[in-house]
Amino acid sequence: MSSAGKTVRIGAGLGFYGDSWHPIRASIERGGVQYIASDHLSELTLAILQKDRQKDRSAGYARDAVPMLADLWPAAAKHKVKFILNAGGLNPEGARLAIGKVFKEKGWNARIATITGDSVLERIDELGSAGEPLAHMDTGADIGGVREKLLFANAYLGAQPIAEALAQGADIVLTGRVADAALTLGPLAHEFGWQWDDWDRLAAGLTLGHLLECSGQGSGGNFGSSGEWARVPDYANFGYPIAEVSADGSALLTKPPGTGGRVSFDTVRQQLLYEVHNPHAYFSPDVVLDMGTLRFDDEGNDRVRVKGASGAARPERLKVVAGFHDGWMGTGMIGFAWPEAYAKCEKAAEVVRTWVKERDWPVEETNVEYVGYNSLLGENADPTYRDQLNECFLRMTIRTRDRKVADGFGRFFPWLGLSGPPYVGSLKGVQPAKELLGIWPTLVKRDLVETKVTIEVENV
Amino acid sequence: MRVPLWKIAHARSGDKADRADIGLFAFDAETYAVLKREVTREKLARHFGAMATGPVELWPLDNLLALKIVLNGALQGGAARSIRMDNLGKNVAAQLLRMEIDAPENLPRLAREKTS
Repeated sequence: MSSAGKTVRIGAGLGFYGDSWHPIRASIERGGVQYIASDHLSELTLAILQKDRQKDRSAGYARDAVPMLADLWPAAAKHKVKFILNAGGLNPEGARLAIGKVFKEKGWNARIATITGDSVLERIDELGSAGEPLAHMDTGADIGGVREKLLFANAYLGAQPIAEALAQGADIVLTGRVADAALTLGPLAHEFGWQWDDWDRLAAGLTLGHLLECSGQGSGGNFGSSGEWARVPDYANFGYPIAEVSADGSALLTKPPGTGGRVSFDTVRQQLLYEVHNPHAYFSPDVVLDMGTLRFDDEGNDRVRVKGASGAARPERLKVVAGFHDGWMGTGMIGFAWPEAYAKCEKAAEVVRTWVKERDWPVEETNVEYVGYNSLLGENADPTYRDQLNECFLRMTIRTRDRKVADGFGRFFPWLGLSGPPYVGSLKGVQPAKELLGIWPTLVKRDLVETKVTIEVENV
Repeated sequence: MRVPLWKIAHARSGDKADRADIGLFAFDAETYAVLKREVTREKLARHFGAMATGPVELWPLDNLLALKIVLNGALQGGAARSIRMDNLGKNVAAQLLRMEIDAPENLPRLAREKTS
């Protein structure tokens, strides 16, 4: 079968758990897409899902997938659009059951695939015995130090099981942890029959997956700039990016007609380098991409041609990211108006420090920031107008191993209302302790994970 | 003359474990050549001061008119254990755009500013 002349259109879904699904409707109804690739899992979303699952064994997936599909499925079915979602999180079967329930109520039918086997939390000892020490990827530290505090540990799977699920006729593919870009590379490899050692084509698919995995960031959202951001049209009606891909892996990047946002050389290259380390060796489970040979041709009118990806052989080990409990954060905030707004914040911080010291609390680190002055720019805040601010907010946080201390810290701040400097605002209640999570990136031989991967396809 | 980067370039930053990473982009080839020469690892380490506790890495990408910058050890161990307001490092790019470099007065973006 020749695939010359054939193109496949894939639209971006969500970029994180809680992102808006409303822009996807335009991609389905006016964007001519055949697939939506939806990324619900950031590096530490699995920690949230783990806590859900501890409370309720049927939970542990990204819940937003259920109302999202309930809203979009009639349009998707009409336009024959399939969904690839990593919303399965720690419990893809739970996600399928929840979605299946809604589909049954509505009288809709679909073939839903689940992909499992990425979680290695229960297999740490087994992997150790198989010669995989799971040492920290960057520091080389032994996992023993955090072993008892692990909340989740998941390998990043690649695109092969997704392509396989599609080959089995799935309309909706629910995965757990997979490389974000695999959500796009999977359907491309399936449609074009790309070989799993065709490194340049796989690299092209990885490039496109990376450009689609952050929803609106691939079409002019969060366009980091001075002034240019204001020329991006219609933020309220943003269009998510769409890739129209040819069999050789080259593509046209665009967005649905009549939507806001911008697809240009500038917005696309910002997304390309986003959250990338060495751009000449961008690792994925399926291929290693060199971004140095990519070419972008901006045709105007939200159309950018992408070509020239070069790939090298896939790595022998898969990346695993584990998360572990790493203490508690206490937070307090209070605002002051002119005059001397900044000086009053400083005074309040000094008072709180004294109260902490008097109690001899086990505080490992104290962080003092001034919202309206330096809480986002840090040491690069310009002090020129510091002492003439119209208003300023003190935000103080502490790091501690003791949850009660973190809770107690927040309760100090209302006291300043009647017994501190004048013209206060923002006393909107006390912020409770927040659990802090450490991250443990490591590597594991791919066979040890891939032999456990299971694909199940069911009609709902 | 001394020019802040925001006048001649654009940038986005993100996080990966304890690394803050930034893409810095010139609007034109002429400016890219200046960025490549003037934005060095040493100057970046100075600009970010105590924030970057690990080494600064830098890759020029001629095809994108861009510099890829990575600040190791810049996020207090990672977004979910950071106690900063900007735990995700989304504003590290804004911090970079405040950096000043030596640049010729006739760079396209600067010339445009003068005539408009």
